[in-house]
Order: sequence, then structure tokens, then C-alpha cells
Amino acid sequence: MSHHIVEVRDLHYAYPDGTVALRGVSFRVLHGGAVAVVGPNGAGKSTMLMHLNGFLMPVRGEVLVGETPLTRSTAAAIRRTVGMVFQDPDDQLFMPTVFEDVAFGPVQSGLPPEEVERRALAALERVGMAGLRDRPPYRLSAGEKRAVTIATVLAMEPAVLVMDEPSSNLDPRGRRRLIELLRSFEHTRIIATHDLELVVELCSRVILMDGGRVAADGPALQILNDEQLMLAHGLERPHSLRHLHPH
Amino acid sequence: MRLANWNEVGRMDDYARQDTPLHRLDARVKAVTTLACIVAVMSFPRYEVSALMPFLFYPMALTGMGRIPFGFILKKIIVASPFALAIAIFNPVFDREAAFMIGPVAVSGGWLSFTSIMLRFVLTVWAALALAACTGMFRLCAGLERLGMPRIFAGQLLFLHRYLFVVAEEGIRMKRALELRSGAIVPVSLRVYGSLVGHLLLRSMGRSERIHRAMVARGFSGGMRALRETALRPADWAFLLGWSAFFVAARAWNIPALIGDLVTGAAP
Repeated sequence: MSHHIVEVRDLHYAYPDGTVALRGVSFRVLHGGAVAVVGPNGAGKSTMLMHLNGFLMPVRGEVLVGETPLTRSTAAAIRRTVGMVFQDPDDQLFMPTVFEDVAFGPVQSGLPPEEVERRALAALERVGMAGLRDRPPYRLSAGEKRAVTIATVLAMEPAVLVMDEPSSNLDPRGRRRLIELLRSFEHTRIIATHDLELVVELCSRVILMDGGRVAADGPALQILNDEQLMLAHGLERPHSLRHLHPH
Repeated sequence: MRLANWNEVGRMDDYARQDTPLHRLDARVKAVTTLACIVAVMSFPRYEVSALMPFLFYPMALTGMGRIPFGFILKKIIVASPFALAIAIFNPVFDREAAFMIGPVAVSGGWLSFTSIMLRFVLTVWAALALAACTGMFRLCAGLERLGMPRIFAGQLLFLHRYLFVVAEEGIRMKRALELRSGAIVPVSLRVYGSLVGHLLLRSMGRSERIHRAMVARGFSGGMRALRETALRPADWAFLLGWSAFFVAARAWNIPALIGDLVTGAAP
């Protein structure tokens, strides 16, 4: 389906204080894949992600979701297609109970109560958190919070999932569950992360950003295995790959 | 990381999640009835004490029927009491005219109005706390919005409640970092505290922006909608009309005095 395609063409962005964050980013993500966006701190990853559902508008260049270019008038529709999971779950969970939080999006879009309940329950079951439906979100563990934030986004039934550092602050078990969960999705997934081992397990393609530009874009293993390239951009070759491909 | 404040906010929510006939009443009805109680209490003349007593039934009923521990409410009232004391304390100083005698002791008008202010304070704060604890902040805010409160205020109230402990936790983390580096001997200057508070403000602003973004991402367009908008049921009407009738009666007649007259056999 064409609305699963995300395309960024020559994207430029400068913050109001003059800091230039993006200097011509282009890429195209097709339906159903998991794409990692990696790069050092300050590379422009988060700024780029914020363009994907219209929190920031391009200064130059354009963002297309499906066939639709991102503008102020299409932003609301694009936000329904592109679900975004933020870095800090506390920013995303603001309702009194888990269920109400997951139902927030569907309620806001004016769906009938039965449909809201169906979607919210389905999303909670999808992430394995249906048992927590009446708990207040701020009392959950970090892993549970992360799963619930993903459910809040799933309840909107987006075609594309965008995630900023999904594995941050998780313990190994929580991280393992997250990886299994993300692996089971059929959505187009765009994941910005420093967790390169997660990329090895989950993503078929890597977009390496640095200094507001795309430094490399290609198959995950090929880029992650390129020690020179990785070091040149403040990254490391993932340890697990050393054992797979010894020199 | 758990804070006293974290637990208190959480406890209020725990009480609000119970399921009693009182909890099932419509939030609008409880809000309006509580407001009626407060308005009636505030409308009495300044020296009134005995006629206020019947109004204690209302918060008492909310607390009892809502299965909210009295100790929880009492603690909150004590915490808030310095504000009322600060207002009331000068009455006995400036108003020394004797109002009536209890045996040989003359009770001045000042002490009478002091008692009246404190009683009103306890009544209104108790009623408001019990209302919040037996309704829940979200339902209360949604109810107030349906009653015509500007949605921006309803939203503010809700988020104040939700993020109180998040901001408090950030403040405590900053204070801990400050203590770790400042040592116990050197007193921390006001300038440092200023910077600390400033940072806390900036962080809160950053957070509120991120929260807003998260809400917009899920289709937020200005109002908080409830999942199901319920209509008022007979029980709601009974609660509203029953208590309102009681407030009107208690405002019109001094019930304790009437009972006193009945008991002592004096003609009214």
C-alpha cells in the first residue's frame, strides 16, 4: 500500500536560534521494512524524526508520506498514518489509567465508544499489557511504560511507526521483550537509536547520519561492519558482528 | 525513587478508583452540590458558628460513603490550615467587644469570628478534598468542562495533577546533585538557588512542549473528551436535589438552635 512509503527529499532545517540541524537529507523507506537511523549525538536524528509527522516543517526540501507532501494542512492526516513513540514514556503517558491513555487517540479522533474500546484493548493485547489496563501509568516499570506507549500509538492504527531510542532505560529483559515485539510488527518501522545490537537484530537497512547529512545508507550488516566508516562517525562496529565475520 | 508527594498523589487516585454508589454518581452532580455547599457556608454573617454545624454532614457523608479514610483528609486540612489561621488570627486581637458570656468568661466578637472562619475553612477544604477523592481528577475535570468551565482551565487542572510529582522528582534530583557538590559546610548562595529554580522552569517548559507534541500526535485538538458521555440518572438527581434542599433548609433556619429550643422546651 502506497501510504506506507516515507520519502524525504533534500530536507533542510535550522532552529529559530540559527543552529543548522539538517543540511539536505534524502532517503526513501518502502513498505514493511525496519530501518535504523544511527549517528552520533547532534547528528540531526531527532530533528529529522520530528519532520516525519509534522512537528517541524521543512525550511527547504520536502517530506512525503504515501503520495502526500507534508504541509500544515496535511499534518493532521499524516499524523494518523505515522505513529511516533517518544524517547521518554512520561511525556507520552498523561492519562489517569493505562486504558484511558491508550484510548486517548481514538477518542480524540471521534470514534464511537465501542470502536474505541475495541482498538484500545486490541492494542494492549498486542503488546501484552492488557492485564494493566486499570493501573495508573506512572506506577509502571520502565519496560511496561515503553510497551504501553507503543500501545497508545498502535491504537491509532498507523501504517508507519517512528521510534526515538526505544530501548533506552530498559533492563536486558525489557529490552529483549521490546525487540521481540518490534520484530513481530508488519508496520514500516523507522528507529533512531544508539543501540547498535538492536539494529543488528531488527533492521535490514541502516541510514547513518552525521552533521545534518546522510553519511551512508545501505544494508545494515554492510554498514555496521565497515569499521572505518563507523569510527569516522563516532560509532563502533557492533561486538556481535566481530564474531560473525572475524578478520 | 519514591517521594512523599508521589505517594500522596497516588493515594488520592487510589481512593478515586474505588467503586461505591457515591463514586458512580455523575461528576457534574457532585461538583455542583459541593459548590452549593461552599456557597451556602460562605454566605453566613461573620459571627455565625452554630448554624454552620449542620453543613458538616455533607463532607462527612462524602468521606464516609466514599470510603475515604478520615485521617488522610485530616492531614491535608492540617497542612492547609496555616493559610486560614493567618487570616483569622487577627480577629480576636482587633475585635475585643464581648459578644456573650459563658459563665463568668466573656467571649469577644473576635473569637467568635475566628471560630467561624476556621469552621468555614475546615468545611470548604474538607468538601473539596472529599469531592476530588471520590470522583478522581480526570472525571472531575471532564465534568467541570461539561458544566461550562473553559476547557483550557480543565486541561490545566488535570495536568497540574498529573505532572506535579514528575516536576517534584526533577527538583529533588537537582537538589541532590547540588548537595553532592556543595558540601555540608558552605551555605549555598541565593544566586545558585535562583539558577536551580530557573533550570527547573526551563526543564518543565521543555517537558510540557514534549507532552503537547505527544498529544497532538494522537489527534489532540484542544479539548479532553471522555470515552462515554453519560446522562444524569435518577440517583444523580436525588443526590443533587436532596442535598440542595438540605443546604437551603440549613441556611434558612438555625437547625442546632431549633433542636436546642425543642429539647429545652422553649417557645421558638
